[in-house]
Formats: sequence, C-alpha cells, structure tokens
Amino acid sequence: MKEFNLQCPIPISDYPRVLLAHGGGGKLMHNLIEKMFSAAFSNDILQQDHDSVQIQIDSAKIAYTTDSYVVKPIFFPGGDIGSLAVNGTVNDLSMSGAVPKYLSLGLIIEEGFAMNHLWLVVQSIALAAGAAGVKIATGDTKVVDKGKGDGIFINTSGIGLIEHNLNISPKNIQNGDVIIINGDIGRHGIAIMAEREGLEFEHTIESDCAPLNEIVQNIINAGIDVHCLRDLTRGGLSSTLNELASSSLKEIIIDEISVPVHEDVRGACEILGFDPMYVANEGKFIAIVPAKDAAKCLEVMIAHQYGADSSIIGRINSADEAIVKLKSRIGTMRILDMLSGEQLPRIC
Amino acid sequence: MKFIDEYRDADAARKYSELIHNITTKNWNIMEVCGGQTHAIVKFGLDELLPSGIRLIHGPGCPVCVTSLELIDKSIEIASNPNVIFCSFGDMLRVPGSKKDLLQVKAEGGDVRMMYSPLDAIKIAKDNPGKEVVFFAVGFETTAPANAMAVYQAKEQGIKNFSILVSHVLVPPAMEAILSSKENLVQGFLAAGHVCAVMGYNEYYPIAEKYKVPVVVTGFEPLDILQGIHMCVKQLEEGRHEVENQYSRAVNKEGNLNAQNIVSRVFKVGTRKWRGIGEIPDSGLVLQDEFIEYDASLKFGLADLVVEEPKECISGIILQGIKKPNECEAFGKICTPEHPLGATMVSSEGACAAYYRYRIKP
Repeated sequence: MKEFNLQCPIPISDYPRVLLAHGGGGKLMHNLIEKMFSAAFSNDILQQDHDSVQIQIDSAKIAYTTDSYVVKPIFFPGGDIGSLAVNGTVNDLSMSGAVPKYLSLGLIIEEGFAMNHLWLVVQSIALAAGAAGVKIATGDTKVVDKGKGDGIFINTSGIGLIEHNLNISPKNIQNGDVIIINGDIGRHGIAIMAEREGLEFEHTIESDCAPLNEIVQNIINAGIDVHCLRDLTRGGLSSTLNELASSSLKEIIIDEISVPVHEDVRGACEILGFDPMYVANEGKFIAIVPAKDAAKCLEVMIAHQYGADSSIIGRINSADEAIVKLKSRIGTMRILDMLSGEQLPRIC
Repeated sequence: MKFIDEYRDADAARKYSELIHNITTKNWNIMEVCGGQTHAIVKFGLDELLPSGIRLIHGPGCPVCVTSLELIDKSIEIASNPNVIFCSFGDMLRVPGSKKDLLQVKAEGGDVRMMYSPLDAIKIAKDNPGKEVVFFAVGFETTAPANAMAVYQAKEQGIKNFSILVSHVLVPPAMEAILSSKENLVQGFLAAGHVCAVMGYNEYYPIAEKYKVPVVVTGFEPLDILQGIHMCVKQLEEGRHEVENQYSRAVNKEGNLNAQNIVSRVFKVGTRKWRGIGEIPDSGLVLQDEFIEYDASLKFGLADLVVEEPKECISGIILQGIKKPNECEAFGKICTPEHPLGATMVSSEGACAAYYRYRIKP
C-alpha cells in the first residue's frame, strides 16, 4: 500500500477538517479544487475549467455538467430547492452555449421528511424542467437516517447539445472585449439570508432563480461572436470575474456605477455589512463579447424576459495580468478581490 | 438609493477634495478612529483624493481586532464544551486564537451559532433549558446597549442558563492611550460616528483640551469622511483644537440616554486587555456585581486564564497607527485572510484586511 500513501496536497496542519468555507465559492474552495481534486483527477477535459465541459463523441459535440443543491430553507421567495436544482444545471450547460436536453435527478432524503413537501419539490422540478425544455431522463433515491441529512439534498447532472461553432471559453477572452450582465445582482443570496434569519424588509426580496438557456440561444442565434459566458453563483459577481481573470490571464476593469443592484438588495447589504458583489445569484450571467458586437448583444439580451435590466459593466484591459479592478462610484480605482471564505455579517 | 447615493456622489467628492487642497499648507496626521471608516477610506480610495501631506492613520476602532487573544481562547474553550450553545456576531468566528478559531470548533462538532442580536441568544436559552447558552459580547459603546439589554432581560425573566463573555472596550481611553504614547503621531481625530450616536460627544472635550487635538465626530460614507477631514484640517491650519460634529444627522451632544442608562445599569467601567496593545486601565466594561452570575468567564472557571500574544504580528503597532498594514513584513506574504496572524487581517473592519482586499498586493 506504500505507493498510495501520497501526501495530501492541502496541508493537514492548515485545515485538519473541512470547513464550510471549503464549499463557499471563495479562495478556500478554489484551493481545494485546484490542489486536491484537479491534481488527483488531472485530464484534458477537466482542464477546460468551465461551468460545463465540452465532449466530442463521433460527430456530436455535447456539454456535460453536474451540481448538488443543499439550500436551506428549501422553500424561499422566488423559488425552492427543486427549481434551483433544474435551473442551476440548465444554466451550467447554457454557459457552453449548449441546448440543454437531459437531466439526471438524485435525491437524498432524510427520514421523516414531510411527504407533502417532497411532492411540492417534485412538482417544482417538473415545472422548471418543462419551462427550460429539458427531460428528467433518469434518477435515484436514497433515504438516510433521521438526523443524518438536512431534509433533502438534490444532485442533478445534465447533457446538452452544442450546435454552434463558437469557441466559448475563458481561454478565448480577448483584449478589448466587453462584459455584459443580464440584470441586477445579489437577489438570490439576500432572499435566502432574509428567509433563513427571519429578516423582514419593506418588500419581499425574491430570488432571481431562472433558466438562462433561451436568452443564451438568442445571443448565439443573433450571430454574436461570443467569447465567453459564465453564470454567477455562490461567490457572486466578484468571484466569477476573478475566476475568469485567472483562467484567461487578463485584466478586467469593472465600472461600479454600471453594475445593477436592486434598491432593496442594496439596503439589505448596507444593514448586514455585505457587498452585493459577493452575494449569490441563480439567474444571472455575464457575456464577454468583442466590442463590435456589444451593442447588438445588449439589445438581444434586453429583449428577453431574463435580461430586461442588462447592462455593460466593464471590459478586458490590454494588460496581461490576472486581476480585477473596480472603478468606484467616486472615480477612484481599487482591486475587486475574491473572498477568502464566506461573507460574515459585521458587528457594528 | 436614498440617503446613500447622496453621500457617494463623485462631483461632491471632488469638490471636497479641492476644498481640502485649498486650505492645506502643512503636513498633518489625522487618525480615523473607527474601522468602518478605515474600510470606507480604502474601499473608495479616499486617500487618493487628499493632498500628499495629509496622512490618514488607521485607528484602533475595530472591536474584533482589539479583542485579546486571551478572550478568543476563552471563547474557544467555552464553545468546545458539548453542553454549550455558543452565540457570536459573525465577524468573530474567523479570528485566530492560539490554536484555532471558532469556525474550526464548529467543524469539530461544537454548537457555534452566528447571531445578529444578543436578544436572539436569550430566546435560544429559553428554548434549550438543558444547555448553557453563551453570547460573545464584543464591541465598543455601539453594541453595549443591546448586550446590556440581553443580560437585563435574562435576569428579569429568571433565565439561568444564559451568560455573556464580556469583551467590551471603550473609545476615549484608547484615544488617550494613543495620545500619551511617546511614539504618537496623531494631530487630529475623526471620532467614530456610531459610537457617538450612543454616547454623544461630551467625553471628547477634556481630551481635545488636554492634548490640544481637534476631534471631529464623523460618519462613514465617503462624503462624511471627506467633510470630516476638511473640518479637521481647517482646525489644524487655524491652530484650533475643538470638538465638532460632522455627523449631525445621527449624533447629538448628549447621545442616546436610554441606551446609556441600560449600559450603566448592567455594566461598570473596568480594566481591559487590548490585543497587541496590552492592558489599558478603565478602558472596558465589566458586569456590575448585581449581574455577575451572567459572567461566562466566571461561570466556566476561566477567569484566571492568561495567554501571551505571538511576537510576529504587529497588529498592536498597526492599531496605534504607527505603521500601515503594507509596512508589515508579514503582510500579504505569511499573513493573508486564509492564514491570518492577527485579527486585523480577519475582521471586516480590520485595517490589514482592508488593505489586502482593496489594494494591489506587494
């Protein structure tokens, strides 16, 4: 067994145990993926470093992805764990420009979970799959002992067909490209936080949970030379931009004023001491396109129901350094870093 | 957003910047006391808008950063007790103790919960009569009223399984400690607006008089801070040393009397050890004798725990404004938010964290 006794790439002395932040979308998670998972499974496909991978099988090009959903509470304003599990995987496929086709559905249910809640989740999955035009093609059910799960966990994986000939990848990001977002940021994270912590605001803040396959297809069908697509999830806009900067080795400049943030989300963030740039989203993505196509792309996005508030938020600078810079509201420049762990509410 | 955007207006910021340039003829060192102000300064790059002779010194007003290693170790000891539900503001969870932080205690099975209000911990105590519920009462004068109210209500309602680990610190003694230090560079203060919303600003008159320093009560938005700096520089240039209030939309001279009453009912002034600085007499709050049964340190037999602080972290020097975070040898190299040597690298109000997050790395 000696040859299997390889040294763990994450020094045990640093983190003898897994912390929540190892799954939080920030630096700790990226370290874990890079140093442990990527190192252990290293192969050409994994190296694509994208939301969903592209695989060529004979003449067919497919996109493939998987994601697990452990959200608590399972029902929240604007969605639930079921719609999230469908849309999240649909969106990961869409970010390759693929047309999502088939989803698998793995359920891990805790003993004692209310049957009517399960029924609500299942109905929501069916509804979301119908709306996104995907079939739940296969599934699996496991029940764990009471106290060994947290109500319900869902895993979905998905396959989509790639019908375009574009090279949609962080590695294809070019100097001078323009970054467009399909609307305001931070709603999912604040909706969940408000529900979880019993925080009440003047208006209920709803999650932005939505399928993005149609709006992405509209962009591709409009003949736009898309260089990269990326949906924003846990770590928020900032983490996504930092991931793209480091996989493309490009400098990204963002204009703070042009990043849409809903009034209520801004208010909630002010109270909690959060920065909306780091708050989770479930129906937002950025399209990185050549400057010549930016106006047209924006027009196509605004015409779609999930892109009405689309906005050009920044560009790729010519300096070849993996960094994200933010032009602040008052015109000064600073870096927009990736969070180390989870955002924690401040004391005062 | 109303009441926010007005205070982040780019044109108005430029105007204030010009005003400050126009009146500045000498070099001045001004300390912003509160960590929230430090973050706004670094986040919005306000120091870039100032004349080169105006040096902003980042003060000790970050409650997370000044909480002594000893108290962090006590919190970890208590939180590791299987019979305890340990409640804390989120900020404290990542602060390194001697061996680990509270998030690691949680990963090891400790019941550590993040709270927004100490009053939520009272409810948890009521719902879990078989458990001991401990709240980590950290903060300056701003959080003291809510923490005092929690203890007061616990006593009123006869709740016995609740206690607080008191780590309260006071602003004016810290300002005096800085001013009376031999290495002091500070010539004027931007006082912490939120602390003054609770305490008013009467306590600053003797300080301004004794040390001949201007004190300007200042808010937290970019324009608040620029206006506060303008008022402070104007005083310095004119040779005045008065207490002025920039943050009048939130602060009056007397402060919030109801809040002060509950604080003095439950707490009294006592000696407190500050992380990186050491003991400062009369610089903290401790429970009044009448409420001593709610002292977690006594309840868990940890009153005598003494912990020495490591030498490589210069957070004490940072907190006194003698060095800037990027002047520390360890900054961004062996000390990062993932591997912090001290609390100033962890807290959302810590100066080192602000530099790390918003400034280009060394």
